[in-house]
Amino acid sequence: MGKLTEIRWHGRGGQGAKTASQLLAEAASAAGMYVQGFPEYGPERMGAPVLAFNRLSDGPITLHCHVTEPDVIMVLDPSLIGRSVTAGLTDHAVVIVNTGKTPGEIRGQMGVTGGKIYTVDASRIAVETIGRDIPNTPLMGALIKVTAVVPYEQFMTIMHQQLEDKFKAKPSVIQGNLEAIERAYREVRGE
Amino acid sequence: MAKRVALTGNEAVALAMKQINPDVVAAYPITPQTDIVQYFASFVADGQVSSQFVRVESEHSAMSATIGASAAGARAMTATSSQGLALMHEMLHIASSYRLPIVMPVVNRALSGPINIHCDHSDTMNARDTGWLHLYCEDVQEAYDNTFIAMRIAEHPDLLLPVMVCYDGFIISHSLENLIIEDDEVVRKFVGEYKPDRYLLDAANPYTVGPLALYDYFFEHKRQQAEAMFGAKRVVAEVSEAYARATGRGYGFLAPYRMDDAEVAIVVIGSTAGTARTAVDQLRRDGIKAGLVKIRVFRPAPVEEIVAALNPLKAVAVMDRADSFAGFGGPLFSEVRSWLYGRTGVPMANFIYGLGGRDVVVKDVLAVYEHLGKLAAGKAGPEIVHYLGVRE
Repeated sequence: MGKLTEIRWHGRGGQGAKTASQLLAEAASAAGMYVQGFPEYGPERMGAPVLAFNRLSDGPITLHCHVTEPDVIMVLDPSLIGRSVTAGLTDHAVVIVNTGKTPGEIRGQMGVTGGKIYTVDASRIAVETIGRDIPNTPLMGALIKVTAVVPYEQFMTIMHQQLEDKFKAKPSVIQGNLEAIERAYREVRGE
Repeated sequence: MAKRVALTGNEAVALAMKQINPDVVAAYPITPQTDIVQYFASFVADGQVSSQFVRVESEHSAMSATIGASAAGARAMTATSSQGLALMHEMLHIASSYRLPIVMPVVNRALSGPINIHCDHSDTMNARDTGWLHLYCEDVQEAYDNTFIAMRIAEHPDLLLPVMVCYDGFIISHSLENLIIEDDEVVRKFVGEYKPDRYLLDAANPYTVGPLALYDYFFEHKRQQAEAMFGAKRVVAEVSEAYARATGRGYGFLAPYRMDDAEVAIVVIGSTAGTARTAVDQLRRDGIKAGLVKIRVFRPAPVEEIVAALNPLKAVAVMDRADSFAGFGGPLFSEVRSWLYGRTGVPMANFIYGLGGRDVVVKDVLAVYEHLGKLAAGKAGPEIVHYLGVRE
């Protein structure tokens, strides 16, 4: 299977966890990687906890199950911190949380010793750049910084192209999203 | 040029339908098949296909309209899931007995109740005896490829039978994966033009579809239908080989994995085969001679292929994503055991798993292999049918 990175996204309905996993999979695929991007489906309600997953690898991926021991845990809403977020947390795992708090404060809140915690105020960045609290795209910037799963320059070129394809009619959205990714890439803080 | 892209299973199958550009699509949306209908309706609205899209009020009508179109001489398709397939059940028998070459993607989902939208194979296993061919897909690439293969199999002049292309709801239908997509010209050339010999709108050569046949002729009709299905094996093999020549991607009745020197093996259908392959690799690293046989073609039954693949083994487990409720194992187990009857004395076990979308991880599959180790050593209990990953 090659080197495999497994990612689990925790969000609330409407925050874009599913979209983030799909955009990331498309971007990594465009960068030549083997990818999977899939959400956990249930009753689709705004605000309800949702999960989404990614597998990114330099070889073919045959697994067809949820990610249970993620290499990266992405938290779109810090109020979700609890057992579902820390489930399957290994020592080598990376946790990236959308919050204005420090990684140390979040570690205290999570009550865990393992993993490496990063924080970025993706909601604030989203409001300031896109004009709405949709933290999914800025969090991708933080993910790229922390994991380097796709080189930053290449990722930005691909995202530019993908956002152009998706938002032909709204150029301001494209610029706002790219700026959000770039800012989160710079602002993410680790322990 | 073929292109490497990332699409969900439903996007890939809708794209395949667009590339086929059938004359008629009559379909009703149902989770998790809905995207196919939605995308295809957009292709029609945007003029990207020349298909007639028939908006129907139920799946029973979807299959009825597809049957009508196909009998009239059109290349006709539909798609469904779960309750939708159950609702069209009586018409499934009509389609096959009229020898209509309809292709239908079925996105596997549990049958209610309790109400559930997630994957298992209870819907298509219920349609086992409808006279349709059943192709099962493991991933997005196979769902895309099998849609073209199914069309050419169905319309083969020696066959003329309907084909279901089955793939796992959500796990494949809504999962974004890489796949190679082909140029329109390549797949259109492969599928070819549909030129039926006989059709209802051919006024110069009238013929009857759907007459009455009581005990004087009904049985002969059914015997001929069975004969056609036996003959389907040759057509499936031929068309699958032609697809391999056209695209470089070949598919057999089965996909054996690390079976050359295997001592124990799992037989499985659908997306879990991929997860099981990871389990096989782990066991091989530990020196355990584990293998895997994935079934792609369930009807016509791959009897000789299964006998050849499983004969030299010490123990075999069949994994069923459907139950037969005190039917002595799930439907796949009953079938595989019956195919092997008198051809091998290999001890067998059945594991019913993943009902209603219950996730199946590598650890679950490893538990099945662990049981196989005991079974091979004669140390397993008398239980033959097991339920995997359920709270009891």
